[in-house]
Amino acid sequence: MANRALYLKFLSAVLLFGAWEVAGRIPVSFAFPTFLESMGALFRMIGDGTMATAYAETLRPLVVGVAISAFLGIAIGLWVGLSSFFEWLFSPIFIVMQAAPLAALIPLLVLAYGIGLTSKVLVVCIMAMPVIVLNTAGAVRNTPESMKEMGKAFLATDLAIILKIVIPAASPVIFAGLRLGISAGFIGAILAELKITPTGVGDIITYSRSIADYPSMYAAIFSIILLAVLFLNLLEKIETVLFKGNQRGYVSD
Amino acid sequence: MAMSQIDPVVIDNAESAVSTRNISKNYGDVEALRDLSLEFPRGQLTSLLGPSGCGKTTLLKIIAGLLEPTSGEVEVNGKTVTGPGPDRAFVFQDFALLPWASVIRNVAFGLEMRGMGKSEREDIAAKYIKEVGLGGFEHSYPHELSGGMRQRVGLARALSVDAEVLLMDEPFSAVDEQTRRKFQEDLLALVQNENKTFIFVTHSIEEAVYVSDQIALLLPRPSRVHEIIRPSNFRSKGVDNIRRDPEYLDIVDEIWASLRTYVE
Ligand SMILES: Nc1ncnc2c1ncn2[C@@H]1O[C@H](COP(=O)(O)OP(=O)(O)OP(=O)(O)O)[C@@H](O)[C@H]1O
Ligand SMILES: [Mg+2]
Repeated sequence: MANRALYLKFLSAVLLFGAWEVAGRIPVSFAFPTFLESMGALFRMIGDGTMATAYAETLRPLVVGVAISAFLGIAIGLWVGLSSFFEWLFSPIFIVMQAAPLAALIPLLVLAYGIGLTSKVLVVCIMAMPVIVLNTAGAVRNTPESMKEMGKAFLATDLAIILKIVIPAASPVIFAGLRLGISAGFIGAILAELKITPTGVGDIITYSRSIADYPSMYAAIFSIILLAVLFLNLLEKIETVLFKGNQRGYVSD
Repeated sequence: MAMSQIDPVVIDNAESAVSTRNISKNYGDVEALRDLSLEFPRGQLTSLLGPSGCGKTTLLKIIAGLLEPTSGEVEVNGKTVTGPGPDRAFVFQDFALLPWASVIRNVAFGLEMRGMGKSEREDIAAKYIKEVGLGGFEHSYPHELSGGMRQRVGLARALSVDAEVLLMDEPFSAVDEQTRRKFQEDLLALVQNENKTFIFVTHSIEEAVYVSDQIALLLPRPSRVHEIIRPSNFRSKGVDNIRRDPEYLDIVDEIWASLRTYVE
């Protein structure tokens, strides 16, 4: 089973990269390099240390922003999900945040917080947090009533019901929210580097485009997508280890 | 007729593990229970039998302390119930197992909530898992078990906390006929061996007559006790003969005669 899934993933990667190579060779556009050219640029930049310096720069707001979004997002989500007062107070904010056009907000953030790390972290948070909060709150609110009742019948305290029943029951949806939030966080980090100040990976993209070094530009874009995919897979592994029985969904009959 | 009908007031209070007094319960405009009084003799199995929606689950949850009655009170061992307590354990109709927890963790859940250490509670849980016939499945997850096996996990969880009163809400309704008969026999053995008071909700007339020392017949909403039946003679004749016993058959018929007017 696991082998088959891996095989299929590999196959779809080969198909995608093959199509990319073909499209690059036709070529679709003179600004569209082939897959092999892009990989060449990628390995060159990894080799000369360009990538390492760029990621040192890019990962900072990304990691800080994603960490804040995950912790604060889950905490606020639990709170909102458990209390209708906090739902009334907070959930409009996150719904607006989720719907707001981020590009339009960036100038305001820069005005308020300058062009430093703070603004970039905020961009990542604005992208990542709402979906984490809303998913967590929704999952908490939908905890099966019968499980909570079971907890009460066996003398669980309110805290124990939250820790031992509500959170594990909500965990698949919380993790789904984390995955969506973290992918959005990656987008936010790159967006911040493109819109605020060109640093890190955003700088490679902007600079190599300005000098028409398209293979480098695509290599940078490819590397960030690859990183996001690897990270999401890691998250999935963590979830599987933490909540084994949840894989098959719920049993109620 | 070889059966006696006893007015609830007549039973001596000291003999009752649980008594409900003048319980009424309204859900908004819906009047589920009205002025219901019932005594549950210690060490015996009492069935609550009645048509769907008549408030059996509601009464059981009020006894468990999971629901508050609109008026009236419940006493367990002479103490008024204000919430769930260590003297009562619940077996849920839909099992209510934690899907992310193994069988042994599910069974040990009640002990864990009582603050018992891990190795101690898992020893006790393992003992009850064997007792309900699930030895070897300690580390399986609920989704790997059949419905009947899941119900046994729920039963083991309730037994492991060693409560004096066991509240069972249609525990056998989700299992097939063969398993059900096996469970009913096991239940009779359990009532004999464990010195516990059982309160058992069921839809099935035959099941109620087969397993009960006392049957409370409830009428449709707003529910009161219509009749209390105490099958007395066939219990000692051995499990294999109960279903052939004339008294058993008479009681089944009589209950059906009482209920049929309410079933359209
Ligand atoms: N949370 C609730 N809110 C409103 N009405 C309820 C609620 N729970 C139960 N009721 C009503 O109270 C009545 C009794 O419900 P209850 O679940 O106790 O019946 P029951 O005898 O257990 O039925 P069944 O045999 O089908 O399980 C029903 O008519 C139901 O509609
Ligand atoms: Mg019911």
